[in-house]
Amino acid sequence: MPVIAIVVALLVSAVVLLVAGYDPLEAYPIMWKGAFSDQRTFSEVLLKATPLILLGAGLSLTFRCGIVNLGAEGQFYAGSVVATLIGINFANLPSYLLIPLVLLGGALSGALWAMLAGYLKVRFNASEVVTTIMLNYVAIIFTGYLVTGPMQESKVGFPQTAQIGEAAWLPRFLPPTRLHIGFLIALLVALLIYILLFKTSTGYGIRAVGINAEAARYAGINVRRNILLAMAISGGAAGLGGAIEVTGLTYRLFQMISPGYGFDAIAVSLLVNNNPIATVLSGILFGALRSGSEMMQMNLKVPSVLVSAIQGIVILSVVAFSVYRDKILKWFTER
Amino acid sequence: MDILLLVSIAQSILAATWRMATPLIYTAIGEIFTERSGVINIGLEGIMLIGALSGYVVTSYTDSLFLGISSAVLSGIISGLLFSLFTVTIKANQIVVGAAFNMIGTGLTGFIYRTLYSGGSTDKLVLDTFPSIKIPLLSDIPFFGEILFQQNLMVYATVVLVPLAAFILSKTAFGLYVKAVGEHPKAADTSGINVTLIRYISTTIGATLAALGGAYLSMAHANQFVEGIATGRGFIALAVVVFGRWSPWGAMGASLLFGVFYALQLRLQAMSGNVIPYQFLQVLPYLATLIVLVSLKGRGAEPKALGKPYKA
Repeated sequence: MPVIAIVVALLVSAVVLLVAGYDPLEAYPIMWKGAFSDQRTFSEVLLKATPLILLGAGLSLTFRCGIVNLGAEGQFYAGSVVATLIGINFANLPSYLLIPLVLLGGALSGALWAMLAGYLKVRFNASEVVTTIMLNYVAIIFTGYLVTGPMQESKVGFPQTAQIGEAAWLPRFLPPTRLHIGFLIALLVALLIYILLFKTSTGYGIRAVGINAEAARYAGINVRRNILLAMAISGGAAGLGGAIEVTGLTYRLFQMISPGYGFDAIAVSLLVNNNPIATVLSGILFGALRSGSEMMQMNLKVPSVLVSAIQGIVILSVVAFSVYRDKILKWFTER
Repeated sequence: MDILLLVSIAQSILAATWRMATPLIYTAIGEIFTERSGVINIGLEGIMLIGALSGYVVTSYTDSLFLGISSAVLSGIISGLLFSLFTVTIKANQIVVGAAFNMIGTGLTGFIYRTLYSGGSTDKLVLDTFPSIKIPLLSDIPFFGEILFQQNLMVYATVVLVPLAAFILSKTAFGLYVKAVGEHPKAADTSGINVTLIRYISTTIGATLAALGGAYLSMAHANQFVEGIATGRGFIALAVVVFGRWSPWGAMGASLLFGVFYALQLRLQAMSGNVIPYQFLQVLPYLATLIVLVSLKGRGAEPKALGKPYKA
């Protein structure tokens, strides 16, 4: 089913490309090459997939709990800010202390930022659709303030912070590529969230709230606690994503540190029916889409923002197919 | 401080309040129709962007504000019909479809804008926007003249839009159908109302007004399109609807309240120089939205069938 959705989305995008005067038959092969031509391009795909997997796996948990968490973007920023702060100010610590500290700080701040929206929901019944988006803006604007103000490297330079201490840099494991252990952490987190969601009673409670909050309450499940917990874990994963981006790739904080990972992650999760472990596959897929579209932009001047639209169309195809799945299957089997 | 200066500052803030409230008024009034019929559209942000871009592109190529607005309306109608197709006919999860619309709106408008305007001539970039129209005599009234009677056509139009929407919802058969479908679709269906049709119409009204709200931003407020020009207004409009308790007058009041925050932000930015970092002002509307949502206790006015697809 996800495969059909991708094919449909690429076909629709091909029409858009044609109308805009580009040749999809020229563009798509370049896109493919940009992602899969050699070890270097594929390692870049995995680097892009790393935040997508972390954020996507986290989101799948909240979606399963019936919470529309659109705030992964802001939680990612919260994580990257705190990771940078720790990475700069404790640069003298040895790596084996600093790296866990930085990652933990990032995860914790992402969790707290998400729990704020969770708290507003359970305490004031404030719709998380709106609050998470608003908190995204607050986090992004605050980051903008930090990198042009108190944390700016130099008053005459770029809007960015100084580099974090080298001891906080995540080790790379496949030189000469830039692939770092953050990718492995992402795989681990996706697995852990999967186990939590499907193999533990806590996960059962979270899913029960998502299926029918009222019934869960009657069954003695603490709905509020589960919502806060789901938000905390989801935000923690997103914050960890932000911390890993800083410590694995950019080594510093700047204004637009996320090209919209938090929104891509929504598609990453939905494409695989909110299955945390399967976000590894959809994360890599969307990472490839991003990498490939950047190649497309470099070679053919096709604006890479088109990727957002492709992801939106993927989501629409997925939901449409999931509704009609039975009918489509019947149609095939009757033939 | 000089009292005259204070008065003139207050005047400019209040005049800006209505201007800044306008895109929210359009979008929120539209969403009231959509939600009253039982459909929630969180894709307003994306639809605003689509309206903003199509209005801008057509105006910049034809030099006609009328054609620009018409194309924004058309883009809104198409968006609304597509949204209805997925949510009413296919009965997909409305929140998911809305999220997808936001992505498509962001991606498509960015793609088209960069394709058409990157590296091209710059003389097409800036539009002649809706001019402000001074109403004779009234615009000369001290203090209030500038606030109320020196605005552009799209701002004045809200004076018609709000009562019209209120009238349609409370006094016409169509308004009655919309509310019936949003409260008890089953009962409405049994009494012969076409639930699907009413939801299609209401959702399309909503998307069209959101597109107009977006077009206001690129054609009347700013004089060009900027990627992501709606800057969260599509989501703030959702809060406006709740805060206004799903009534057009309430939504207008809530929009004006947000308008004050936007106006304050603009004015303080201009006045403060670099004393207050601009980000602290930029963040005001978003914080205000959070505060408004928290202060809403016991909503109650929510349509009972909101967000639920109707299966006959």
